[in-house]
Amino acid sequence: MLSLITPLMQIIEWPMRALQRILGPRKLAWVFLLPNLFLFGFFTFLPVILNFFYATTGSDHILLEDRPYVGMRNFDELMNCTSYLDPNSCQIDLFWRAVHNTLWFIVLQVGFMVFFSMTTALILNRKIRARGFFRAVFFFPVLLSPVVVALVWKWILQDQGALNAVLDHFGLQTVNWMLSPTWAFAWSVFISVWFHMGFYTLILLAGLQSIPRDVYEAAAMDAASPWRVFRKITLPLLMPTMVVVLVLSLIKGVQTFDEVYAFTGGGPGSATTLVIQFIYQNGFAGAPRLFGLASAASILVAIVLIALTAVQLWITRRNANG
Amino acid sequence: MIQKRKIAAAAVAATFLAATAASAEVQLRFECAQDGNECDTMMTIFKQFEAKHPDIKVKMDLVPYKAILENLPVDLAAGTGPDLAKVTDLGGLHKYYLDLSPYVEKTYWEDNFGKTLDWYRAGPQDKGIYGLQTQLTITGAFVNKTLFDQANVALPGKDATWDDWAKASREVAKATGTRYPMAMDRSGHRFAGLAIPYGATYFDADGNPELNDPGFAAASKQFVAWNADGTMDRNVWAGQGGTSYADATKEFVNGELVFYYSGSWQIQKFADQIGDAFDWEVVPAPCGPAGPGHCSGMPGGSGVVGFKSTKHPKEVAELLNYLAQPDNYAMLEAKSLNIPANATVAKAGVKYEGATPGAAKALNAFSAQVPTISPVGYAYQGYKNNRAMFNITVTRLTQAIVGELSLTEALDRMSADLKQAVNAAQ
Repeated sequence: MLSLITPLMQIIEWPMRALQRILGPRKLAWVFLLPNLFLFGFFTFLPVILNFFYATTGSDHILLEDRPYVGMRNFDELMNCTSYLDPNSCQIDLFWRAVHNTLWFIVLQVGFMVFFSMTTALILNRKIRARGFFRAVFFFPVLLSPVVVALVWKWILQDQGALNAVLDHFGLQTVNWMLSPTWAFAWSVFISVWFHMGFYTLILLAGLQSIPRDVYEAAAMDAASPWRVFRKITLPLLMPTMVVVLVLSLIKGVQTFDEVYAFTGGGPGSATTLVIQFIYQNGFAGAPRLFGLASAASILVAIVLIALTAVQLWITRRNANG
Repeated sequence: MIQKRKIAAAAVAATFLAATAASAEVQLRFECAQDGNECDTMMTIFKQFEAKHPDIKVKMDLVPYKAILENLPVDLAAGTGPDLAKVTDLGGLHKYYLDLSPYVEKTYWEDNFGKTLDWYRAGPQDKGIYGLQTQLTITGAFVNKTLFDQANVALPGKDATWDDWAKASREVAKATGTRYPMAMDRSGHRFAGLAIPYGATYFDADGNPELNDPGFAAASKQFVAWNADGTMDRNVWAGQGGTSYADATKEFVNGELVFYYSGSWQIQKFADQIGDAFDWEVVPAPCGPAGPGHCSGMPGGSGVVGFKSTKHPKEVAELLNYLAQPDNYAMLEAKSLNIPANATVAKAGVKYEGATPGAAKALNAFSAQVPTISPVGYAYQGYKNNRAMFNITVTRLTQAIVGELSLTEALDRMSADLKQAVNAAQ
């Protein structure tokens, strides 16, 4: 490997030295940053700027030059509600139905996610038989494609699916899971937790393993009960990792789209339509394409995500500073 | 040495000449989503065209149907679209169409493609020729004849209403233990096949689109009621959200459905997949409270259009004109098992190739319904924002079916959504 790198280094050495002489060591850093800055600027920063232009313009034209300026009209339409608690009172009721669904989804998904990830991590941290196998089993769903996950669960839960076949076999009442708004939503949350749990379990497992053993040994010498050990040692020392898991799962929860969309299509009705699906449908799948409304909604979602990211950064820095 | 130089010079000259010849050749890029074998059949005809026009080559890009619906409009807006494509959003993409009228014999096209030409136009004042309707489809009902025979229930006759069919289907389902009496594709286009017989007009007296006229409201009310009482298979509409498409093909093929409202494009699939498992039939368009003149399915289908962004408008027009000629058009319809939109071809009749007797009978049954298509159906299909109306119908009606909105609220929301969509499209 070194024999390959050395000639390469020799080739680029003299132009780099020349460049350093011309620019100086400080400015040379920009030369190294330039490729990444270009990619970031073109594929991330530019679309963000364009999004603002789309949000303040109307019509179904895609080219900005063809789109008339409408000011804050798209935002006004989205926010025009008599009561934000009642989507029916809103001008764009589907947006607020999606916001309500997303909030419920986050509360339930994040709550269950943290609880089950924590429980699983605690079990997998113990000296149980076939621990390596179980760690792999719980992580396996993370490796799957969201669409595959959705289609497998759809196959299980549809009217004539595997679950109803089992229920029927045992003489139990079958349920049309996909037709009931409550069940469809509950299964969406369950599938999302099942799908992502392995990732958060892994993070919590790493956190558990970083807790010094001598603290537990001291507690054992004091004959502390397992519940007391958990409450007074494990939980406080795991809290920084827990907060990271909480914030990451919150952000992921707001962004949820693919697995739920492929599983229910947002239905029945709009029972499982989440806010990202609303944006997708208005911007890309609808007719006419309401790019302005979709962009305005995406900016509102971005504000929420930025706030959550800021919280995560603040907590991470606070933990790093002790 | 001199010999070698001569050979090299000759090789350079040959390469230059070949490059010049290649640059004189026109290549047309054709984007097509395969529906059965339609694209392949078109390419067979295009090869014949190439043989007669050695300077024109057609390159087909086979794409998924979703790409035609979602990617093609973006490509066209960005100016990177193909020279021609097979499209289904006939009026919606009008602004990108190439007007073929300067290049083709207008009278031939007007005489033979009549009303379908309007579907590609901007409005009544527009007299351009923009697209060749290659696949005329019509929505309609299929019934499982074997189930009717087993239940000893006679098929309702020619002027039977939707109510008659619902009653008969329920009776058959009950007698035979069949899971679902009726089902309809989750599509606003298909719903029009119920709404028109109920008197839906879809446009007010001034020609403005509307989704809450009394006929439309009555059909909506009936449809919601049928979903509630189990007459309609609830999984199809209520099992989805947003504008997602869903159908009951699988249920019909599996013999779990008595009456299925879909369209003529299903014939080949049913012929292939049902085989001789049971007898199925296409029945006359159901009527409704609006009376005999409104027993109508919805026309539709796909067509091939050229785009004005092409650098070769004349060649595109020549190619489409070639495909539109009776012999070629008849070959396309015969091989792809489609209902012809060309009057000359329709009048002469099409000898469908490889169609089973059942499929041929079904194709003829649908062809017989073409003359009875309501003017409302033609107007709705030709309206440039009809896709918005289809999507709104599906979204809001589903909300009424699952109980998120009352029917009145759903109809009010449809009107508001339509106003927003029309404003955006303007």
